[in-house]
Amino acid sequence: MSFLTGLYAFLFYFATVVLLTGLVGKVVQYARTPAPLKIPTTPAPITTGGVVLRMAREVVFFESLFRGNKWTWIFGWVFHFGLFLVTLRHLRYFIDPVSLPIQLIQPFGIYGGIAMVLGLAGLWARRFLVDRVRYITAPSDHLILALLILIGVSGLAMSFLVHTDVVAVKDFFRGLMVFELHPLPADPLLLIHLLLVAGLMIIFPYSKLLHAPGLFFSPTRNQADNPREKRHIAPWAERLEQE
Amino acid sequence: MAKANFEVPELQQYLDVPAVTPGTMAHSSPFVSRPEFQEPLGFLGELPDDWQARALAKFGELLGKYRSLRVYLDSCVKCGSCTDKCHYFLGTKDPKNMPVGRQDLMRKVYRRYFTLAGKFFPKLVGAEDFTKEVLDDWYSYFHQCSQCRRCSVFCPYGIDTAEISMAAREIMDSIGLGQKYCNEIIAKVYRIGNNLGLPGPALADTLEGLEEDVYDDTGVRVRYTLDKKGAEILLVTPSADFFAEPHVDGLIGYGKVFHEAGVSWTVSSYASEGANFGMFIGSYENMRRISQRIRKAALDLGVKRIVFGECGHAWRVAYSFLNTLAGPWDFLDPRYPVPQHICEFTYGLIQEGKLNFDKSQNDDKVLTFHDSCNVARASRMGPRPGGQFDIPRAIIREVCNNYYDMDEETIRDRTFCCGGGGGLLTDDLMELRVKGAKPRVEALNNVMVEKGVTHMAAICAICKSQFTKVLPFYGMDMEQIVSVHQLVSNAIVLTPGDDDEDEDIDSDAEGEDDVD
Repeated sequence: MSFLTGLYAFLFYFATVVLLTGLVGKVVQYARTPAPLKIPTTPAPITTGGVVLRMAREVVFFESLFRGNKWTWIFGWVFHFGLFLVTLRHLRYFIDPVSLPIQLIQPFGIYGGIAMVLGLAGLWARRFLVDRVRYITAPSDHLILALLILIGVSGLAMSFLVHTDVVAVKDFFRGLMVFELHPLPADPLLLIHLLLVAGLMIIFPYSKLLHAPGLFFSPTRNQADNPREKRHIAPWAERLEQE
Repeated sequence: MAKANFEVPELQQYLDVPAVTPGTMAHSSPFVSRPEFQEPLGFLGELPDDWQARALAKFGELLGKYRSLRVYLDSCVKCGSCTDKCHYFLGTKDPKNMPVGRQDLMRKVYRRYFTLAGKFFPKLVGAEDFTKEVLDDWYSYFHQCSQCRRCSVFCPYGIDTAEISMAAREIMDSIGLGQKYCNEIIAKVYRIGNNLGLPGPALADTLEGLEEDVYDDTGVRVRYTLDKKGAEILLVTPSADFFAEPHVDGLIGYGKVFHEAGVSWTVSSYASEGANFGMFIGSYENMRRISQRIRKAALDLGVKRIVFGECGHAWRVAYSFLNTLAGPWDFLDPRYPVPQHICEFTYGLIQEGKLNFDKSQNDDKVLTFHDSCNVARASRMGPRPGGQFDIPRAIIREVCNNYYDMDEETIRDRTFCCGGGGGLLTDDLMELRVKGAKPRVEALNNVMVEKGVTHMAAICAICKSQFTKVLPFYGMDMEQIVSVHQLVSNAIVLTPGDDDEDEDIDSDAEGEDDVD
């Protein structure tokens, strides 16, 4: 076993632990924090089924962003949908045998990768070109975009330019899943790609990437508009009534 | 045209997103509250030396109490969707008036003290120490947010800057840095019963005067009673309705509608205020204390229903929060929603065919309708989502022949705030109010030019007061703003009653039923 294999094995175990504990911790924190008042942005659905639909439109189509800014919507949606396809494509490294849908998605995963990079480039351009967006941009916003673009570009480079031994890569990750170490190919592009992915996993629970779980806990989007019909009260507010 | 010691924005035909110009409103901040206004609300009187530690402790407490605050401070990705949506940014060009710019004033402190990234890499993630300069920025810019929620409509995560500015104001109140306008008013509600400090006898006089006026105008005795025990309906309305123009014309209209419905109704001197400024300062406790007065009044008077008059944030508190803050309402008539909006009440009667109108009485006007932010984006009317847009318009169309909507992008849930909401309706913020009104006044101006609109109707006491004050800065007439129930009042055909021939109005005729 090479030093590199050991290092990357450790890196991915570490990144996975950070991602899972951090994310679970955040989700538990959000879930435990009460929303004492009914604050859906109206007009809002009046039933739980309606709320599920509203949330689905936000998650799948970015409905509010569509209403807010068409350019950001196009770039943002193209990036996220591309990322979604890429993620599906990458499932083949973790499952065996590869199921038919994942086999069929493979070429679309490539297009997804291209779309992802284009979308990110558009989003990044806005951070320089639109004065309002430039004003609100922090160094970390640039870094996250750089990280994602580099992940995309290094991945595409392995598809189009310098291939790596994908069978060995699959062995490596399948091995990690059962706590066995199989050698990882020492290709520079692959090592960069994986290093950046591990980095993304590590910063996820400590950065604005928390928007992913955050959306599901947003009271303006996940509450039903039924305050007159159903009394809503938080535990800490209920204690005020006993005083 | 009203005189201004600042530059009044020029109205444009199309919405013009200004170039970012930092610091244009850094000088704007409202008068600071004094200990005598702070303490009755349970707040520290003045800023102590250890304010920072106290503020951070309060911040931590709120993060544990409000999911909205925690999730919204974490979730923003700085996409920029909100940046051109705030009327205060559009009117002032100040980037700290972009919703995300405003939120970041709090987010940078949150990141510094409550997140790992901000503790270790403050520069990288834009985290900053909570210094006196930052606190001063908070006081200035969290009092440049009218909590209208327009930003939350366009945010992909529904981040509501109102939630952030309410929390910021609560933190500042807790360290003795309150806003005079709001806190003085809340103390007045506790002492006297309403925002304007009108005592019971003054209210009784006013209502008696209204009865006489309506009788002189119409020859019909419409009752406007105070503290009448056993009345069916308790009307809770903003105290501005008792005397301000055009608010009082709305109140006259409510009375006429109740008269035609044949229901007895009354106003409580104890809970003679629909407004609830506890919401503006983000204080659950104060909002609850004010709401509890309505519960007590309803119980004391033995009413069966509660109806709210025309007021935007009051309707938000009433519709969205009253059940939480002062419910359950199981002692009221279960056949009606609690509470009801006066527009729901009037619309119901129209549907039943119980109201007759002479529309021509409003023929001297061409109307448009201003959706008040709290009604539009934080409440509902009627059984269906969006009823808050359709019901007031349906009423106006029922009583007026000439009606046009403003540009679709500036109405319904995309409506622009009047510029005076959220506890900013005070003369010490006049520059902000005038500039913040620009997007709405622009849309109004466009329908005036294109459709010949002469008047804009509203269902919010703050909107009415704000427009009355700021329209003259734009060369318009203060009387162009009217109450929806003023239009109803003009057009309604009253049914004569048995007591119309009585010489004098004796409002104490049912004195045995009166309570003090």
